[in-house]
Amino acid sequence: MTTVDSRTGSTWLDLVLRFRALGLIVALVALVGVTTALNPRFLSGQSVRDLLFAAAVTLLLACGMTVVVLTRGIDLSVGSVLGLSAYVTGSALSATGMPTVFALPLGLAVGAACGTLNGAIIHFGRVPPLVATLGTLYVLRGVVYFAAGGSRINASDLPPGFLDFGSGDVLGVPYLFAVSVLVLAAVGVFLGRYRAGRDLYALGSNPEAARLAGVPAGRRLMTAYVLSGALAGLGGVLYAARFGTVDASAGYGMELDVVAAVVVGGVAIFGGSGTTLGAGLGALLLTVIDNALPVLRIDQFWQQAIVGALILAAIALDRLVSVRAARALRRKGSHV
Amino acid sequence: MSALARDPDPPPPVVSLTGVAKSFGAVRALRDAKLDLHAGEAHALVGENGAGKSTLIKVLAGVHRPDAGTVELDGRPVAFADTAAAIDAGIAVIYQEPALFGDLTVAENLFIGRQPKGRFGLIDRAVMNREAAALFARLGVHVDPDRPAKGLSIADQQLVEIAKALSRRARVLVMDEPTAALSGVEVERLFGVVRSLREDGAAVLFISHRFDEVEALCQRVTVMRDGAHVSTDLLADVTVEELVRRMVGRELGAMFPKQVVEPGPVVLEVEGLTREGLCRDVSFTVRAGEIVALAGLVGAGRSEVVQAVFGIEARDAGQVRVGGRGLPSGNPRAAMRAGVALVPEDRRGQGLLLDLSIMRNATITRRNRLSRFGFLVGGAERRAARDWSARLNVKYGRLQDPAGTLSGGNQQKVVLAKWLATDPKVLVVDEPTRGIDVGTKAEVHRLLSALAADGVAVLMVSSELLEVLGMADRVLVMREGRIAGELGRAEATEEAVMRLATGQEAAA
Repeated sequence: MTTVDSRTGSTWLDLVLRFRALGLIVALVALVGVTTALNPRFLSGQSVRDLLFAAAVTLLLACGMTVVVLTRGIDLSVGSVLGLSAYVTGSALSATGMPTVFALPLGLAVGAACGTLNGAIIHFGRVPPLVATLGTLYVLRGVVYFAAGGSRINASDLPPGFLDFGSGDVLGVPYLFAVSVLVLAAVGVFLGRYRAGRDLYALGSNPEAARLAGVPAGRRLMTAYVLSGALAGLGGVLYAARFGTVDASAGYGMELDVVAAVVVGGVAIFGGSGTTLGAGLGALLLTVIDNALPVLRIDQFWQQAIVGALILAAIALDRLVSVRAARALRRKGSHV
Repeated sequence: MSALARDPDPPPPVVSLTGVAKSFGAVRALRDAKLDLHAGEAHALVGENGAGKSTLIKVLAGVHRPDAGTVELDGRPVAFADTAAAIDAGIAVIYQEPALFGDLTVAENLFIGRQPKGRFGLIDRAVMNREAAALFARLGVHVDPDRPAKGLSIADQQLVEIAKALSRRARVLVMDEPTAALSGVEVERLFGVVRSLREDGAAVLFISHRFDEVEALCQRVTVMRDGAHVSTDLLADVTVEELVRRMVGRELGAMFPKQVVEPGPVVLEVEGLTREGLCRDVSFTVRAGEIVALAGLVGAGRSEVVQAVFGIEARDAGQVRVGGRGLPSGNPRAAMRAGVALVPEDRRGQGLLLDLSIMRNATITRRNRLSRFGFLVGGAERRAARDWSARLNVKYGRLQDPAGTLSGGNQQKVVLAKWLATDPKVLVVDEPTRGIDVGTKAEVHRLLSALAADGVAVLMVSSELLEVLGMADRVLVMREGRIAGELGRAEATEEAVMRLATGQEAAA
């Protein structure tokens, strides 16, 4: 009989890790509570609506980023993909009179095409994801600048139905936020409950073992980057619908906010662990910080510093856990 | 083969490899490998380090595609395109280091890629966990299917791998040194499981350096040497001594121009050196003019010892003294100042800066002495590099060429030059002639011998028995992180070293 103790290693640290989502919720509630206590208007209907509007796009992109980061990759091109998709859908709606319902599939298609490019460079070109997507970040942004020139799409050029979609809500929840949450749930189920999704965790957890176990690495990586691109493309449509105006700088620098949300949300940057729920909560937390600090009359500088500290804390926690796991393994595996 | 003739009724093999060859660049890992595995039989594969055992099982697992030869399954030739194809064919391999996904649960590790599905194609975790629990119950062990694989002991990780093989209804189970990291109780439990699989008709291939385990588990044994098949016998028909002799099977050539030197005072003293999980209580001395070899199997802890001596890795306990003065733990600079030089095992990764010039590589350890006012002076650097290259007979095009353009043997000479230029009192060499052609090997040996004659204390790690026996004044044999025994030059024979290294000293 073996002597495996199923409780092995279940220390406070594992609890923190397992209930990382809980920790994020606690932080969220605390932040909202303190802010509301100091300024009751922070929880007013309009204020909450604004907050959800602001969070919707980051949350959507964070889902795609989670999928990629799980495989030990990263997708830095999401901001540029969002810009390209926003510009292409906006132009199509204003210039060709395309029916509004085609906006979502068009944005998804533009994003998926960009994602396919990323995946192909990484898989077939064997280029590290950081470098490949840094390259496409600049290339795609260049394409948007070339296409848009100095022009911009104004709200008056867009069909009213599209703008209603961007500003409307159901029971106080903006359509945009609802779309993001639906996507988050769907991607969450894909990652957690489908074989292909579990393969992504396996790839990030131990690439060599994945190869030995016959996991189709190329196909899965491709899926991850196409999904990330497609969601960034969808994000572009939401962006255009929300703001009504789109110029060549749409989504500029957004990739870092998204990576920050994912890391704060407990998706291990070394791959293999994390959930879209965590990433979504991370995105929400960063947005709340963004909105709460002005209310609390805290200098803008501190907002950046706090986000930075959260990222470092999240990474330190992951590192600590993996070091402890390695040590525990070495102690037990010791043959001396 | 007479042994096979006496085999009462050899059933047709499940898997049969014939004339398999595989090269990696200039290295011929397999030349003419042959292996037949029969259902319901455990087959041992033995051979020295580098005999090609691991490459052979990687061919069987679909990791490597052979350059020549055939792989037959049930008498039909097959060519595995990848690992998935071999898995589908019913071949399960348990590697020395279990390859699990730490972030996934034990049950997911068992069923990755073929998890039981319920409605809408969703993975049914409850069914999966039940099936995993049933598998462990069949194996008579208890592992919680729902816990993450991270943190499982090596023994339990291996059980997970075996459960995986079981769930795939594997007909061929390959185990590459599965017991290297297990305790006695864990080995017994593992063997119990393997025996029952064998009785259920699985063909088992068992790679091990421990002959007591081979005898306890296996019916048949194949010996490999230098990438080729040597013999296959029923285990009952051969003695351990005979097997060891076949594994070694070479004559000492004139490759080892060892000079006889009267050893001087003790220069290097190592006392009670311990690194948690890697080596324990290692003590020895090396005198000036002496060549001491650390022998043993891969994973016995030899490189770990020399890394701790040089200070690349910190030690958990013990003392290292050079010329009577203690060295701080984990401080290579202090070791260099005390006159210790290390020629590392991984020449390309640790010994050389492949993109820098030969000149810069040869002089990098002395860059402070060769510089004026903080600047390297080209003339002095070039003179020093040319001088050492000539003394070591390095064959190069131009001193400005990147070190990566040199052949393996000449790269090793540059690494030696860079350390010899520091005028070391203690020279530590880890696998000094790995991947080097025969001619250059003899030159490196001549050099080491000449250095010892000049009064340098040489500590050598080598997996090549010939080299150990030909060069060393004393041989320290390591096994499982400890020094299993010490042999003087006169008593150090290949059989004696192998016996200590494999734990067969009682049989001697």
